[in-house]
Amino acid sequence: MPTHKEKSEVLLMKGNEALAEAAFRAGLQAYFGYPITPQSEVIEYLMAEQPKHDCVVLQAESEVAAINMIFGASGAGARVMTSSSGPGISLMQEGISYMAASQLPCLIVNVQRGGPGLGTIQPSQGDYFQATKGGGHGDYRLIVLAPASVQEMADFVFDGFRLAEKYRNPAMILTDGALGQMMEKLEMPPKGSLPYPETPWATTGKRKDRKRNVVTSLFMQPEKMEEVNLHLQEKYRLIEETEVRYEEIDVDDADVLLVAFGLVARICEKAMHLAREKGLRVGLLRPITLFPYPSKRLAELSSKVGSVLTVEMNAGQMLEDVRLAVEGRCPVHFKGRMGGMIPSPEEVLEAIEAIPAKLHVELQR
Amino acid sequence: MDLPPITNGFELVYKKPQTLTETPMHYCPGCGHGVVHRVLMEVIEEMGIQDRTIGVAPVGCSVFAYDYMNVDMQEAAHGRASAVATGIKRVLPDRFVYSYQGDGDLAAIGTAETIHTVNRGENILMVFINNGIYGMTGGQMAPTSILGMKTTTSPFGRDSKLAGHPLKITNLIAQLPGAFYVTRHAVHTANAVRKLKKAIHSSFEYQLLNKGTCFIEVLSNCPSGWKMTPAESNKWLEENMFPIYPLGDLKTPSQTMN
Ligand SMILES: Cc1ncc(C[n+]2csc(CCOP(=O)(O)OP(=O)(O)O)c2C)c(N)n1
Ligand code: SF4
Ligand SMILES: [Mg+2]
Repeated sequence: MPTHKEKSEVLLMKGNEALAEAAFRAGLQAYFGYPITPQSEVIEYLMAEQPKHDCVVLQAESEVAAINMIFGASGAGARVMTSSSGPGISLMQEGISYMAASQLPCLIVNVQRGGPGLGTIQPSQGDYFQATKGGGHGDYRLIVLAPASVQEMADFVFDGFRLAEKYRNPAMILTDGALGQMMEKLEMPPKGSLPYPETPWATTGKRKDRKRNVVTSLFMQPEKMEEVNLHLQEKYRLIEETEVRYEEIDVDDADVLLVAFGLVARICEKAMHLAREKGLRVGLLRPITLFPYPSKRLAELSSKVGSVLTVEMNAGQMLEDVRLAVEGRCPVHFKGRMGGMIPSPEEVLEAIEAIPAKLHVELQR
Repeated sequence: MDLPPITNGFELVYKKPQTLTETPMHYCPGCGHGVVHRVLMEVIEEMGIQDRTIGVAPVGCSVFAYDYMNVDMQEAAHGRASAVATGIKRVLPDRFVYSYQGDGDLAAIGTAETIHTVNRGENILMVFINNGIYGMTGGQMAPTSILGMKTTTSPFGRDSKLAGHPLKITNLIAQLPGAFYVTRHAVHTANAVRKLKKAIHSSFEYQLLNKGTCFIEVLSNCPSGWKMTPAESNKWLEENMFPIYPLGDLKTPSQTMN
């Protein structure tokens, strides 16, 4: 078992366990969750390691209870996290909406599995809409980070807490069963590197020198409710201006731009190399933040490339954001697998090669 | 200049606790919610624990409890007050934490959270206002509505074949090892209010022992939902609710310690 040194250390870990260990090192103060495959290692690891840390770890009776415990603990000023997958994340949606409205920071991890329904425990990206468009009721957004490696499973815990606390907004790590289950080498950041923010709004007991603190999402006067909404929207615009993150590979000379996030971006990188070996000029844009979405960068690139190919493990969810960013500047193609199926690099290559017209015209020239 | 507490030769026997805010309460005339708020806040003032107490408000008529209770508070989602209180107490174990919920909130939509919070023996006080109806949403049937009771969703009277029986959730709670003190009270007379106040006082003292959940059911009225005057509602409460939900302790610390 890893020990907690001042320096980062190189470890070989499962994605879910790396995330859990990173949470301790990022100063997690309370975790509440309910088991569900493919992410149960998160709570199992936290439970086993908890005695070494000053952290509450509790198995709740349901995801509904878990998210509301998170609500209470966050409202009391603690650094909090929960994790789940598809069905459990669906159960949390009311609570997440309440947290966004009450402006409570928290980190929610969705290790996606194939849906809809009980679906499958195999990896999927089918919860993109739910994660990036709100998911629960009302006009709100989560800050959504999409890791593509075990390293990022750990790193994004730090980023998730930092962003959630900076904006007093729930943040989500949107990952999948494959990243949760696979083992990779990573550099684990040291403990204590993420300072705790001031939380003067937290309900810790009304001291004599201040008014009582109230955590609420209820604003009965429509004027006041609209004001709250306007404030939230302003915050989301600020997040869009400030926090967009993406990675790009070989985009400068690309005829075909692949757009993919998470695990699929790694598959696309391999497909890109296969394509380049064949003389096809292919590049890759990997959105790291799904909200805020790197729309501006994608818009720029779309006026340079011949076409865009979006690859996802769903029926085409991020595809809508890609189209909104591209705004018809070039054709947008889609390759998707669903229900727990992972596209192979060869499959992606085939999809690249199937792109007609412009690419081939340019190649012939 | 400080005024002396006793003026004009009269003894001051009653005043508004400073643990209640100046905000006028929105409750209907004669409603029990306001009375329970008041005694709860009196106890917090008398025990001098205002700076160490955190309350959780429900969704129900008492959703605005945080406007009246001058302590730090959180407004939970419908039914989830005890889960929210769990989250608070777990990260702030040296604070006094209480939840305040109606019957729909605690015994219908929040049943799972209620049972499991007590089953874990969370060191909190759960205050449960049983008025046998959904006051806030306009008088629909509650899990605690008595058989034959007419509500907007049981217009011909609650029929057990259709809607089951009144849920005595407090009796269920008393069976759980996590429950430390379980008691049922009312606020229909001055004497009943005094007894309730004592139970609240004991519950906060017990919270210091870290021995488990204190659970207080308060039989209350809903003159508007029941379509009665306040006086009629108190009479109806005695005649119809008391036989099904008898007042008194269901579990006391001496039993718990055995
Ligand atoms: C998820 C959800 N479902 C339904 C409601 C609507 N609702 C608000 S309060 C309430 C019932 C409250 O009744 P009770 O808990 O008995 O409180 P009372 O008003 O009687 O004090 C309902 C159904 C809601 N706010 N949230
Ligand atoms: S509707 Fe009933 S419970 Fe609600 S404030 Fe009026 S009398 Fe009280
Ligand atoms: Mg009620």
